[in-house]
Amino acid sequence: MTGLPDGWEVVVGLEVHCELATATKLFCGCANAFGAEPNTNVCPVCLGLPGSLPVLNRRAVELAMRIGVALGARIAPSVFHRKNYFYPDMPKDFQISQYDAPINRGGRLELPDGTVVGIERAHLEEDTGKTTHVGGTGRIGGADRALVDYNRAGVPLVEIVSAPDIRSAAQARAYVAELRAILVATGASDGRMEEGSLRVDANVSVRRPGGPLGTRCEIKNLNSMRSLGRAIEFEAARQIAQCAAGGQVVQETRHWDEDRGETVPMRSKEEAEDYRYFPEPDLVPLEPDQRWQAEVAASIGPLPAERRVRLLHLLGAAPTPAQAEQVRSVVASDLDALVVAACEHGAPASLALARTANEVAAEPSSAARLDPAAFATLLVLEASGELATSQSKQVLAELLATGGDPAEIARRLGFEPMDRGELAGVIEQVIAEHPEDWARFAGGEDKVRGPLIGAVRKATGNKADPAAVGRYLDERRARGS
Amino acid sequence: MSPTALELAAAVRTAERSARDAVAASIEAIAAGDGAIHAFVEVLADRALARAEQIDAAVAAGSDPGPLAGVPVALKDNLCTRGVPTTCASRILGTWCPPYDATVVERLERAGAVVVGKTNMDEFAMGSSTENSCFGPTRNPRDHARVPGGSSGGSAAAVAAGFVPLALGSDTGGSIRQPAAFCGVVGVKPTYGLVSRYGLVAFASSLDQIGPFAATVADAAAALAAIAGHDERDSTSLSDPVPELAAAVGRGVLGRRIGVVKELVDGVDRPVAARAREAAEAMAAAGATVEEVSIPQLRYGLAAYYLLAPAEASSNLARFDGVRYGLRVDAPDASAMNVATRTEGFGAEVKRRIMLGTYALSAGYYDAYYARAQRVRTLVAQGFGRAFATFDALLGATTPTTAFALAERTENPLAMYLSDTCTVPASLAGIPAISVPFGADPAGLPVGVQVMAPALGESTLFAVAGALERAAPPERRP
Ligand SMILES: [Zn+2]
Repeated sequence: MTGLPDGWEVVVGLEVHCELATATKLFCGCANAFGAEPNTNVCPVCLGLPGSLPVLNRRAVELAMRIGVALGARIAPSVFHRKNYFYPDMPKDFQISQYDAPINRGGRLELPDGTVVGIERAHLEEDTGKTTHVGGTGRIGGADRALVDYNRAGVPLVEIVSAPDIRSAAQARAYVAELRAILVATGASDGRMEEGSLRVDANVSVRRPGGPLGTRCEIKNLNSMRSLGRAIEFEAARQIAQCAAGGQVVQETRHWDEDRGETVPMRSKEEAEDYRYFPEPDLVPLEPDQRWQAEVAASIGPLPAERRVRLLHLLGAAPTPAQAEQVRSVVASDLDALVVAACEHGAPASLALARTANEVAAEPSSAARLDPAAFATLLVLEASGELATSQSKQVLAELLATGGDPAEIARRLGFEPMDRGELAGVIEQVIAEHPEDWARFAGGEDKVRGPLIGAVRKATGNKADPAAVGRYLDERRARGS
Repeated sequence: MSPTALELAAAVRTAERSARDAVAASIEAIAAGDGAIHAFVEVLADRALARAEQIDAAVAAGSDPGPLAGVPVALKDNLCTRGVPTTCASRILGTWCPPYDATVVERLERAGAVVVGKTNMDEFAMGSSTENSCFGPTRNPRDHARVPGGSSGGSAAAVAAGFVPLALGSDTGGSIRQPAAFCGVVGVKPTYGLVSRYGLVAFASSLDQIGPFAATVADAAAALAAIAGHDERDSTSLSDPVPELAAAVGRGVLGRRIGVVKELVDGVDRPVAARAREAAEAMAAAGATVEEVSIPQLRYGLAAYYLLAPAEASSNLARFDGVRYGLRVDAPDASAMNVATRTEGFGAEVKRRIMLGTYALSAGYYDAYYARAQRVRTLVAQGFGRAFATFDALLGATTPTTAFALAERTENPLAMYLSDTCTVPASLAGIPAISVPFGADPAGLPVGVQVMAPALGESTLFAVAGALERAAPPERRP
C-alpha cells in the first residue's frame, strides 16, 4: 500500500448496497435469482407495466431489520419514497427507496482492530435492471444498441451508509470485510461481491489532520475489495495533488476505471439530477411492532466478533498473526462452526483452523457437506503422526469430494501408517549407516536433521511421517544415547 | 325504457331472457347510436357474445351465474383488460395490450357481467370534458352540442344513452361524479381503498378510485358490491368489511342528520343551487334533520388538488418513455428517444400537468407547493371530520354548472379546472361521494346533487341517494 504524503489525511464514508437473500423480489413474487436467462424473472409489477402496484415483501423487511439489529441501529417507523429519474433500466423511471424516514437509523460497526465506524442509516430500496451496450465501441455513447435485462429490477437492497469515520484504504477494506461477514452471519445476504450482491460507493475527501472536512467526491463501480482499496488510494492522491498545487477539489461523482487504475468524472453535482423525492402513494407506512422486532432480534445467531472470540478461545495461546487472519477468514466464510465441531470431536484447534481456512475454504461448495467427525478423525491421525501432512491433505481432498472414513481413504491411497516399532527399526538402521551425520546432529548441528529425515523417508519409500521421524530423532538426542 | 341491470340480471338468472340476447341488444344499440355520441373507443362484440353464451350455458346447467348475470358493462379505457388494447385515450400507449385484467374486471366478470367495450376518456383521466382524447371528443347524449363531462365521459355517456346499464369509471377529483351529473346518471366515488386500484392506469395514486355509473341508485349499489373489497395486490386497499350496500338503498332518511354544505351550494350557478336546495328540502320532508353547515377549508381544496394530483402524475407517467411498450419515436440515443416519444405521444393537457407536477416537487419548491398542499389536504379532511361529528351525511351540488358546450373551455384550462371545484374536496379527504340526478336547469340539462359520507359510510351514502332518487322530479327525456 502506498502511503499518503505527510500532513494529509484521507476521510472516507462508504455506501454499501447489499442484495437481500430473499426468495422473491421486494414488491412482487418473481424469483430473486442471479444468472437466469434475461427477462425471465419478470412480471407486470417489476416491469412497471401501467396499472401494476407494488406489494411489500415481508421477508425483505425482516432481513433489513436483522441488519439493523446487528449494527445496533434503531428500528423506526419508516416511509417509502419515490426517487424520480429517467433511465432505461429502471422500469417505472422512478426507484422506490427510503428517504428521510429509513427503517434503520444510527448504529455502529466495530472493526477487528477495535476501530469503531458509525452507521448513519440502513434503508430498504429496489434494485434496477441491467443495461448492456452492444455494437459500435460497446461503451455508453458509442454503442449501436442497448439491451436491458429486467431480472434484477425490483430485487431488494439494503443501502448501509457509514459515517465519514474511515481513515485509510485498508480500513475501508476491513470495514467492508466485517460488514460482509455480518451480512452473511445474519443470513441477510450471500455477500457475493463477484455476483454484485455487494456493491460499494465511496465518498472520499482529504484534509489536514484535525482540520475541517474537505470537499468530497463519490466513487462508483467498486466491485471488489481490490478496486475499493486502489480507488481510494488513487482518489486521495489525486485530491492531495490538486490541493498541493493550489487547486480545489470539485464535488462530483467519479467512476473507477479498473483497467486504467484511475477515477474519471461522471457528472458534477451542479448538473446533478433533482430526484423530486415524495412519499410513495402506492405503499403504506411501515411500522414494525415491538413483537415483530423482538422476533427478528431473537432469530439472529452470534455475530462475527463473538464467533471470532470463540475460536480464539479454542486456540488457547495468543494467536500468531497468521492464525488471527485465519480466524477472520473462517468466520467471514461462515466455516467457524466446522472448526468448533471438529474440536469438540477431539481435533487440535490450530490444525482444524488452518485446514479449514485453507483447504476447506477453497472448496466452498463441498465445505457444507464435510462431516465434522470425519474431519476431526483425520486431523487426529495427522497430529499423532500416523499420517504425514501431505498425506493428510490428500485424504482431506478425498473427504471433501466424496466423504467417507478417513482411515479407509488413507488405506486406499496407500498411506498405511507405519507401525511405531517398525519405524524405530528403520531409523536405527539409518543412524547406523550414517554415523558421521548422527554425530553432528547429536552435537547440536540442527542442519543435518533434514537430511537424516530424508534418508529415513527414502528407506521407507516415503511412507514415514517426517514429523514423527523428527520427533524420534529429537527424543533420541535428548536421551543422549 | 331499457331494463335496469338488476332487472336484466334477474331475467337472465331465471332464463326468462338469455344473456346472449341482452348483450346482443347492447351491441346493436351501440352500433345504431354511438356514431353520434362516440362513447366507445372499442366494442368487443365477439368476445362479449361468447362470454354471454357461457353464462347462458351456466344457467342451463343450473349453476349460479352471479348477481350481475348477463349485464352488459362498459369500462373506461384506463382499466386494464387482458389482450384488449388499453389506451388511456393517449397516442403514447398506442395499441398496448395488458397481459392481465384489472381486479375490478375480474370481479365484474366473476359476478356474471359481460364487458361489451372500452369507453372514451380524457387522456390519462386528465380533464373534465372528454375532449382531451386522441380519439376525439365524446358528446353528451342529452345534448349533442355539449360535453358529457370528464374524465370518464365515455362511461357516463354510454349509460345515459342506454347502451349499457352499467359502466365503470375512475374518479381522481370528480371524474365520475361530474360526468354523471352532466349526463343525468348516478355516479359513485367510493371510499379511498374500498375498491382495488390494481389494473387502473394511475393518474394520481393517492386520489384515484374506481366506481360505477348506473341509471339507478340500486344498480350502482349492486355494481359497487361486485367490485368492492380487499385485494392483496393493492397495498392501499382496505381490509375492513364492505359496507352494506343493496339493502341500504331503500332504507330512507328518517332521523338522519344531513348537512347542506354552504361552500358547495353558494358559489354555484343559480339553477344548480336551486336543485340542491330542493333536494335538501326533499330530505327534510322525508324525515331527515337538515341544517346548513360551513366547511371553510373546502375553498382551498381545488388549489391543493391541482398541485398534488399533477405531482403524482408527473411521477406515474414517467414510465411512458418509449423503452418497453407503446409508442417509440426513434432518436440517436436513449435520452433523445425519450424526449421525442413523449413530445409526440402526450397531448397538451397531459404535458401541462406533468410540468406543473414536476415543478411542484422540485428542490427548492417542494415545501412551498407539494408539502403545503399536503397540509391543506389534511385541513380539508379535518374540516369534513368536524362536520361528520354533527351530521351523518353532507349534501351539495356536484358541479358549479350544467354541461357546457363542446370547445367552450378547451382554450382556458383554468375554467376547465373550476368544474372540479365541488368534487375535489371528497377526493382529498378520501371519503365516499355520489352524484344523483335531481331535476334539470331551464334548458332541460340534468343537474346532479352530491352526497358525501364519512370513510366507509357507503350505507348512509346509498340510503340518502335512494331517498333523493325517489324524491327527484320526474324525468323530462327529450
Ligand atoms: Zn415481478
